Order: sequence, then structure tokens, then C-alpha cells
Amino acid sequence: MPLIWLRFALGCYLIGLVYAFVALTRTSDLFSRIALHAATLGMVFHFVSLVETYAADQAAWASVHNAESLLAFLSMTFFMVIYAIYKTTSPGVVVFPIVFFLTFVAAVDEQPVLLTSFVKAKGWLVAHIILIFTGYAALLLSFGASLLYLLQEKRLKSKNPSSLISFLPALEVIDQIGYRSLLLGFPFMTLGLITGSIVAMSAYGHIDFLDPKILLSLLMWAVYMLMVFTRWNSGWRGRRAAFLATFAFVAAIVAWAANYFSTIHRFAA
Amino acid sequence: MRYQLIGVNHKSAPLEVRERLAIPESRLPDTCRELTSYPGIEEGMIVSTCNRVEIITHTANGTADLRGFLHDHFKLTPEELDPHLYEFREKDAVRHVFRVASSLDSMVVGEAQILGQVKEAYATARAVGAVRGQLDQLFSRAFAVAKRVRTETAVGSSSVSIASVAVELAKKIFGSLQGKNVFIVGAGKMSELAARHLMAHGCASIFVANRTYERAIGLAQRFNGQAIKFEDLYSTCDRADIVITSTGAQHAIFRREHGEQFLARRKNRPMFFIDIAVPRDVSPEMAKLDGIFTYDIDDLQQAVTSHVADRRKEAELAEAIIAGEVERFEARLHTLDVVPTIVSLQDHLETIRQAEVDRVRGRMGQLTPEQEIAIEALTRGIINKVMHTPITTLKSAARESEAATVIDVVRRLFNLQVKEKPAEISTKKDEVETLQ
Repeated sequence: MPLIWLRFALGCYLIGLVYAFVALTRTSDLFSRIALHAATLGMVFHFVSLVETYAADQAAWASVHNAESLLAFLSMTFFMVIYAIYKTTSPGVVVFPIVFFLTFVAAVDEQPVLLTSFVKAKGWLVAHIILIFTGYAALLLSFGASLLYLLQEKRLKSKNPSSLISFLPALEVIDQIGYRSLLLGFPFMTLGLITGSIVAMSAYGHIDFLDPKILLSLLMWAVYMLMVFTRWNSGWRGRRAAFLATFAFVAAIVAWAANYFSTIHRFAA
Repeated sequence: MRYQLIGVNHKSAPLEVRERLAIPESRLPDTCRELTSYPGIEEGMIVSTCNRVEIITHTANGTADLRGFLHDHFKLTPEELDPHLYEFREKDAVRHVFRVASSLDSMVVGEAQILGQVKEAYATARAVGAVRGQLDQLFSRAFAVAKRVRTETAVGSSSVSIASVAVELAKKIFGSLQGKNVFIVGAGKMSELAARHLMAHGCASIFVANRTYERAIGLAQRFNGQAIKFEDLYSTCDRADIVITSTGAQHAIFRREHGEQFLARRKNRPMFFIDIAVPRDVSPEMAKLDGIFTYDIDDLQQAVTSHVADRRKEAELAEAIIAGEVERFEARLHTLDVVPTIVSLQDHLETIRQAEVDRVRGRMGQLTPEQEIAIEALTRGIINKVMHTPITTLKSAARESEAATVIDVVRRLFNLQVKEKPAEISTKKDEVETLQ
């Protein structure tokens, strides 16, 4: 049943995906409104799907596909919060394709949840999943904003008069979106890692710091902290910030992929 | 509809000619009076701006020697003046007035200034009695059309002056301009104008630096800003988000190393340099720095030009609106044309009725009040029945623009003399409508 709702959501996000491609070439208020409504409707379906998944099994979000679905939903939530504050749908250019991809993969089929068979602290596991994915979603938005920043900066520097009517918000607004997402995501990411350690401790009694998953997660966290620090300390933005955000984003993906090499953090037995 | 218009504008005449025709504001009332006392002109109005001088009249019998008026008034020979003149009559004159008021005939299509100028000219001419019924109708309609064009098309949108483009760009960088600081380097007219625009959009404070410190103080005072000594330029400039520079320096005064210093001190918050100096004050190397945006006079001009091109497209829409409005105005005037005829037809028949009633009453001797009322009702009834068809025919003819022919026929049939003055028509028209 959750899969059906998720597929409905996917259909709605498809409209968002089309918007993402159209918005790059021209501005249409009508279309951005349509995309927004479709995305809202998609989120409703998505929410139902997530709730049903959770109701079936508290630890079900720990499966790859369900986790992807949760990440997609949290990213959409961030997108909506940004829209509510800044009245801009432009982050959708980055968010919609990624959300669509994640939801698409998640909607293919349901996977058994194997990891949880030996996890004792189920409450901590759920907290870990939600916190770390909120951090991921914030990082995704921050990454998206830094790409938009580069795009807008390029347009303004090229002195192309059409930059005045572009769909992108003002440079400082994009910058603020990116920075706020970054700041918001950091505590979530940190708490997510802490709760993760608690889960690991309860399962294994110790933490193996040489495990690729843990190593890469710590690396990603370090890059994240570096981003926050350089931004706070010397106001890095533009190309340098985008470079760092990309690095942190890649680190996050690698840390995610490390699940397949990790002996302690995996989805399959 | 006996409108006649003559004039020169930026397209038809070079500046030297327009200069000679320009009428200073102080002399406008007298010139309007002079115009209306010219043979054949009933009403007249003069629009005189730096881009156009136009005389709009309502004539007594369809044509007036407006060229003659211009030759006499400006002491110019036909050879000097005539090649540059354009002249419109009737419908074409109406269309031209609508286009001018809607800023479609302006050098920068869509600029808002012209409507204000036309309104002033109208007020001046009205004050001296040169504008009455006919021109009043024309211009009230023209102002309504201008408003329609402005609200229904985007012809007046987007910036067209360098100062407003600078504001738009600043908004694209900073979003809201609230709380942003502006630094003027080199006190000039243009930078002052740009600063004024920026302040109007919410910029918080202003710094002024000039080689002559006294001028900096003078300008700073006008903006409630702060004058900065030129030596302190580099140490204070990073406090500004927007720098407007227009010094007469032969070499760039803002170079890459300055930009790097500013950014370091500002923690990389962006800076926007508006360089309106020729030669440029900001080195092109500056633009390569992340977070520094420089627009020189050519870049700004290019943005202005592209906006103007956008406006052209909108202007086509506006032209369509105007074409429709001209038709409507014409139809309405035709309806007004038939009103004097209807009124005099009513007068004519009423006179006949009165005369006949008086004649009969003399023969019949003393009448009872009831008989008086009966005779009145009978005769009025006959007159109204007789008048009904001609009046309906006249009114429908007016709508179908055959008014002139039908009016002529009715006048000849009833041997009518129309002596109405234009100003009286509207009140008579109301009477006619109540009669119907």
C-alpha cells in the first residue's frame, strides 16, 4: 500500500521535474505555480506513504528504499520552508530532479529490512535516521543554493541584460538560503552521528573507527564543519563555497555508498 | 470633428529647429491666447517639450492656417520650417494625440514624463480659456487612453534610465536595498541622480568622497550623508555595498588589489561598482574577483537599450488599444454632432405648435381649464409622434457614421438653422435624452 501512495507522489514530482528543466530556459509564473501545487499534492501522498511504512514497522525506514523516500520527503519539506520564507521556487531546479530520482528508486519495489534484526535500541535508530536525513536534506539544499549562486553570479557578471528578468532571486537571497540551510543542517548532522554511535554501542558494545562507513561519515562531518567555519569566519561564498559544498555533498554520497562496504552499518545481512 | 494638429518632434526635426520653436512655460498662456485669436481657430492648445512642439486646435470650419500661425509667431520662413512639420486632421489628429499622451510617440517609448507634460499644457490652455468643449473632450479621453495603455500593457514597465537600471541591478545582487550603504566617489550630476534613486529604494546611508573636499561636504549634506576625505577613500570604501564612481581621473582608481582588500575586510560580502566615469574608474581586473560586480556606462546603456526593445513589443499592443479608442471616440463625437439638429428640430416644431394653439385659442374664445389641458395634450402628442421617427433615424445614423448626410437632409426638410455653441451642447444633449 505505501508503494501506491509513493507512486502517486512520484507522478506529482514529475511535474516538478519538468518545471526544473523549463525554469532554466524561461520564466513562467503560471508554470511555477502549477509545479508548486503538484509538489504540495505529491508531499501529501508521500507523507501518507511514510506514515504507513512507519506504522507497519517502526524500523522500516532503515531499508534503503524507505530511507531514500524519507530523504526525498525531507528535502521537499526544506524546499517548501524556503518557499514560505523567500517566495521563490528556484531551488526546485536542483531539488526536484534529486527528489524525483530518490522517489523513483524508492517506488520501484519494497525491500526487506534486515539491518534491524540485531538492533536493540529501535527508538535511537529511528531518531538517528530522521536526524541524519534532515542533515542530508539541509546539505542538499545548501548545495543546490550554491549552484544557483554560481549561476546567478555568472549571469550578473556576463552583464547580459536578460539577467534582470531571470527567475533567480537576488544573489544575497540565494546566499542566505544556502547559509541558513547549512547552519540548520549542522546540528542535525551532528546529533544524527551521535545517535548513530549510540545505536552502534548498543548493538556491538563498541565503535569500530576503522570501519569505512564510520570513517567516511566523520570525514563528511569534518567537511561540513569546515564549511560552516569558513563561512562564519571569512564569509566564503561563490565559487569557493560551491566547491566546498560540492565536496561535502560528494562526501555524503560516498558515506552513503559505504554502507555496501561496511560490516556494521548495512541494509543487507 | 474639426481637429487639426501641427508640430515637430524628435523624429521630424533636428534639435536646432526644435530649439527655435520651443515656447518657455512663462509665455505659454499668452501664446495660447494668441493662437485662439488667430482666424479660423476656435480652441487651441500647445505642447512644448524638449522633444516636441505641437499645436492642437479645433477649427471653425475644418481648416485653419496653422502653418501661417507658426511662421508669424516664430518669424520663420516656410523654407526653414515646413520640411520639418507634420500635420494631422480629424481622426488622424485624434490618433496622434492619443499616441503622444500614451508615450508611444516618445523618444523612449513608454516613458512616463510626457503624460505629465501634456497634462500641464492642457491645464495652462484651459486656464486661459483656450481649451473648451471640443479639446476638453479630446484630452479627457486621451488621458483615459494613456491610463489604459499603462495598465493593460507593459509599455511603461522596466527601467529605461541609467539610474533606474542601476537600481534594478543592485536589487538583483542585494535583494532588498534596505540598510545598504552607498559611496559616491566624485560628485557629479549623474552619480547624484543614481544615489537619489538608490536612497529612494531604501539605502541607509551615503558617503561622499571628492578631490575637492568642500564639494563632497556639499553633496553629503544634501543626502544627510557623510563626507570622506579623498585620502581616506580606500580605508573607508569597504563600508559601502554600492559604489558609484565618476571621477575625472585618467587612470583607474579602483584596482584589483583594492578589491581584494575590500573583500577581505567585508568578509567577502558582495560589492557593486557603478562606474559612470569615462575613462573608467574601475579596472576591468576588478570584475574577475568573486563578489565584485562592476557595471560601466556602456554596460548600463546596453541594459537600457534592451529594455527599450522589450517595450517596442508592448507598444504594438498599445497601438491596437489606441486604434480601438480612436474609433470609439469618433463614434461618440458623431452622436454629439446630431444633438444640435435634434434640439433645433424640437424647437422648430414647438414654435409651430405654440403659434397654432394661440391662433385657435383666439378664435374659440374663453376655454375651461379642462379644455386648455386637452388642447395642450393633443398638440404635444401630435408633435411627439411626428418627431419620433426623424430623431430615431438621426441617432442611429450617428452610430453608423452617416450623420453628416442625414443631418443635412433633416435640416433641409425642416429648414433648420443650427446656432448652438459647443459648450451648450452637452446640456441640450441631456435634455434630448430626457425627452426620449
